[in-house]
Order: sequence, then C-alpha cells, then structure tokens
Amino acid sequence: MRPLKIVVLIKQVPDTRNVGPDAMKPDGTVNRGKLDTVFNPDDLHALELALNLKDRIPGTEVTVMTMGPRRAADIIRDSLYRGADHGIMISDKRFGGADTLATSYTLVRAIQKLPSYDIIMGGRQAIDGDTAQVGPQCAEKLGVPQVTYVEGIISITDDEVVAKRRLSKGVETVSSPLPCLITVHGASPACRSKVAKRIMQYKYARTNSEIRPNDGFIKELHSKRPYLTIPEWGVEDIDADETKIGLSGSPTKVKSVESIVLTANEAKVLSDSDLDIETMIKELIDHHIIG
Amino acid sequence: MKSVFVYCEVENQKIAEISQELLSTGKKLATKLGCPLEAMVFGSQLAGIQGQISLYGVDRIFVADDIRLEPYRTLPHSSIATHVLKQEEPQIVLFGATSVGRDLAPRLASALNCGLTADTTILDIGDHFVKKEKKEYKDLLYAIRPAFGGSIMANIINWDQHPQMATVREGVMKKEVFDENYTSEIVEVDVNSIVKDEDFVVKIIERHIVESDVNLKEAPIIVAGGYGVGSRENFERLEELANLIGGEVGGSRAAVDAGFIDHNRQIGQTGTTVRPKLYIAAGISGAIQHTAGMQDASMIISINNDPEAPINSLADYVIHGDLGVVIPKMIKFYKANAK
Repeated sequence: MRPLKIVVLIKQVPDTRNVGPDAMKPDGTVNRGKLDTVFNPDDLHALELALNLKDRIPGTEVTVMTMGPRRAADIIRDSLYRGADHGIMISDKRFGGADTLATSYTLVRAIQKLPSYDIIMGGRQAIDGDTAQVGPQCAEKLGVPQVTYVEGIISITDDEVVAKRRLSKGVETVSSPLPCLITVHGASPACRSKVAKRIMQYKYARTNSEIRPNDGFIKELHSKRPYLTIPEWGVEDIDADETKIGLSGSPTKVKSVESIVLTANEAKVLSDSDLDIETMIKELIDHHIIG
Repeated sequence: MKSVFVYCEVENQKIAEISQELLSTGKKLATKLGCPLEAMVFGSQLAGIQGQISLYGVDRIFVADDIRLEPYRTLPHSSIATHVLKQEEPQIVLFGATSVGRDLAPRLASALNCGLTADTTILDIGDHFVKKEKKEYKDLLYAIRPAFGGSIMANIINWDQHPQMATVREGVMKKEVFDENYTSEIVEVDVNSIVKDEDFVVKIIERHIVESDVNLKEAPIIVAGGYGVGSRENFERLEELANLIGGEVGGSRAAVDAGFIDHNRQIGQTGTTVRPKLYIAAGISGAIQHTAGMQDASMIISINNDPEAPINSLADYVIHGDLGVVIPKMIKFYKANAK
C-alpha cells in the first residue's frame, strides 16, 4: 500500500499524577514550578500507534507536533529518539492562555501548512486538564471524521482505516475513510523505548530559540545537518488570526480556583481488638447502618 | 428567555441514567434562570420516548428518529445537534461526560465556536464582573470541575461566546423527578433535510456493549480496597464482608492498576462517583483522586495501619490495624450480632 503521512499531536504536561502537598501555593493556586513535566501519557500511546503503522507500511512518515513553551521541545526530541521522523514546535507568547477551542484552531492552522496528511493522531486526553476536547475540535475544523478512544488499528488500506474503540461500556470496531483524526486510549500498547542510535543522532536537535548565541558547536552542527533544526512556528508562520488564539481566542475563562482541603472530622479511633470491633459493629447495627 | 438544553443519550428505547441526572440538574438551572428546559434525543424507534423525559420538567423535546442514528455515530449526531442549537440558540447546553458526550460535545463546540467545560461536577448560576469591559455579566453558568489531578476545583465561566456548554460526570448529580404528569411539546426533527451522505462515512462494523452488572452508584454500602489490600485473594475477604452486609466491592485506582480488582469497580475521579450510606475504606490512603469520588458517603470507616493516612480525616471510624485481622473480625461480629 502507499506510504502514509501521519501527524501526532503531543503535549508536555505537569505530572499531575504526583501532586505533592507543596504543589499548591498558600493562595490555592497551582505551583507549576513544583510539578515535574512529562510527555503526556496518552500521547505516547498515540506515538506508538503511529510508529507501528510506520513499521507496517514502508515509506510512512511520522511527524510530531506540539504547541507549548520553549522547553516543550524536550518531548519532540523524545519522540525523535523513539522513531518519529520530524518534529514541529508551535511556540509564541501570543498562543499562551489558550483553552481547547483556541488550541485546536492553532493546531489546525499549523496542520494546514503541511503539504498533506492521511491521519492525525493524538492521545485521548492530557492529564493536566483531562478534557479530551482538542482532538474532536481539530477534526471538526479540518472537516474530517474522528475516531475517538482507539485502542488498536485492525487494518488499513489506501483509503480506509479500521480501528477498535474502547467505550464506557464496551468496545466497538469502526471503519473510517482517510484522512481522519484518531484519538488513542491508554488501553493501547505502551510506547517503545528510545533507541540508543537515534539518541546519538538527534541529541543536538534544537529549535532555533533553544540555541544560545555562544553555542558555536551546535550552530555548526545544524548547518551541516539541517535535520537537527526543529522548525518553530509562531503566529505569522501559520497565518493565525490573533483574535482566535491564546487568551483572546478562548471563550472559557477561569473565574476562581479553590484548593481541596479535606475537612477534619471527629473520628472515633479504634484498635483491632475484639472489644473495639464488636462495639463498632453493634453501633452500626443499632443505628440501622447495616443489618 | 433562552433555554437550558440537555442532550439525551438513548439506546434501545432507554434514556441513559446520566441523561436523567442532567435533566434533573438542568431543571434546577432553568428554574433559577426562569427559562424553559429543553431536551434533544436522537435515535431509532423513539415513539413514546417522552415518557422517560417529560417527568423531569422538560418543556420541549426535539426528537430525531431515524434508523441510521443508532448506535451513536459522531457525524450525523453532530450535524443534527448543530442544526437544532443554531436554530434554538439556548444559553446553556449539557452533555454527559461519557464516551458519547465527550466525543460529541467538543465537535459541536468547534462548529458553534463556543466554550465547553469538560467533566464538571458542580453547576450553578452566578454573576461575573469583567474588569476590562467594566461590565457585570448576570446569570452565567458556573461550570465547576476538579483539575490538576483533583487537587483544585476550578470555576470555569464563559461570558461572551454562547451557548455555554459543559459535560457532566456520571453519577454526581442526583436524579429527581420534577412532576410525573408534566407534559412536553414534541418537536420532530426532519432528519433527511439536515444530514448528508458524508455524515455516514464512518461505519460500525462490530459492537459489544456490556450491560455492567456492577452498580456501585446505587449500592447502599461499599467495601472498597486500596493498594494496601495486597492481592486479588485478599480482595475476596472484602467481597465476603460486602456480600454479608449487603454491599458491593470497589477499589481505588492503585488497586485496579495493580490488577487486584476489575476496572468497572474503580471509585474516584477516573472511576465511579459514589454516595453510599456506608463506605468502608480498607487499605486506602486517600489520594484526592479517590476521595473526590466517595467523600459524600454518609458514613466512612477507614481501616489502615497508617495513622497518618489522609482518608482518616474524612472518616467517622478509624481502625488502626491490619486488614488480615480486622476484616475477619468484622465478619465474625456481624454474624454474631445481626438480628
């Protein structure tokens, strides 16, 4: 079959799975500095699904794309180490503060700059917001069908993909014409590891804004090996309408946040002695909680 | 006055639980706003479906009845919903945070160019002063949801790009009948004039829906285990206790991840939200992800050998001890004392 062009949308996120007590400031806002950043877990699953198609179909190219601050180039390098062919960084201060609507607009403007695509992939959701909205919003803007919650690709031909979806209450197998957008569920296979040879090859991959003026060695390397330069696109590069990006393009706004404080309770503290447990069981029965 | 709209999920002529929860919540919001409550339901063989919807106090029901609309597929549902919402211009639209609602709502939000808040757990009406415009916006939707792994609750508003849309987590809102005899006006949607052939390009080849026999939401008593339970075998002790006292067994995310208990029994932010009259937390430390899904239980018993476990601060009874000792004793003394 013909080679495919696959774009994987990836995101660098604060590691909300390990929120410690110091991750919250006294005023109840999130102290992002105290949270490590990670490659969004579902996006790694999406990358694996894309790389798997690349293994199956010779000539297929996988491009990862992320919108974020400068340091998010880390996950582009990570993807290159695991087998992605290209990475594109979408970064501009004016993109900041975007909600899912503004984010999908921005990503779609960037996708439309590419010569062609067959499948757009992304993780089902990102662990910082858990919204699962950006995928379907991009699909609508691109005018392509969406297949959400995919846990595996059953088959693929030149113009159709058959995928298995994981639903709240079961599974479903659907076919969709190409091009389409697929969001990938965490139940799909985990992403392959980084490859030592590829780490050697791409460890100096940088966006231009990551290269400091005195990095003569890296500059020279990039002029010899242009594939090391990760393209970095700002507002003008993707011809974005400034009223549709960042904070101004975001209809949803955070009015307030409140940190969750567990309210202390007057608990009866018991031991595991026969007396304590029998007393408790009797109280529960007497109060018709059980029995 | 612009209405509050609820997208109702239907399968085999049955309106989903979550949609009934949404209608109940939608009625409260509509009452506060003094506006009508409206519903849309798209499926197949829907004659008489209003019998399951009107009683929540719904003023108008938009019914799209066509064999091609069931089971749910994104594109036809999205075309019809976009058409109805553009025509009716409601101020608020609610969806379940299910695999259907979370697939459909963002596609609609993009088509309507409006705001959407995911996975809300509290909805309310309130005002907001926009400093930049020096203007007070009245009667906005407060879409409140946990964020950052459940460590904060964020109140999300949208004052300028309506409708205000939200998906709502299953099992959080209470289902409450408004009036058994309420009558709704039925508006039949002309499906053929709205959908196009391209809306049916995605085809469902195979489908297995498991009607879960686990009903944690309705269980009056839940015995839940965490990672501290240690093994699948130890979970059988919890099951024995649960069966004895008329409850269900549940687990924390850590216990599910460790394979001690099945995914459909997970309680917490990423599982089911429960509010039983008794919740027994065995070997659960009480990460916010978990407590967000059970803190409304009427009574909580925490069994833990860590006196500092965060869940203890929610509990009515804290038992310091080993599960291997405490659970068998609870079984023994229940058998001895039950009437």
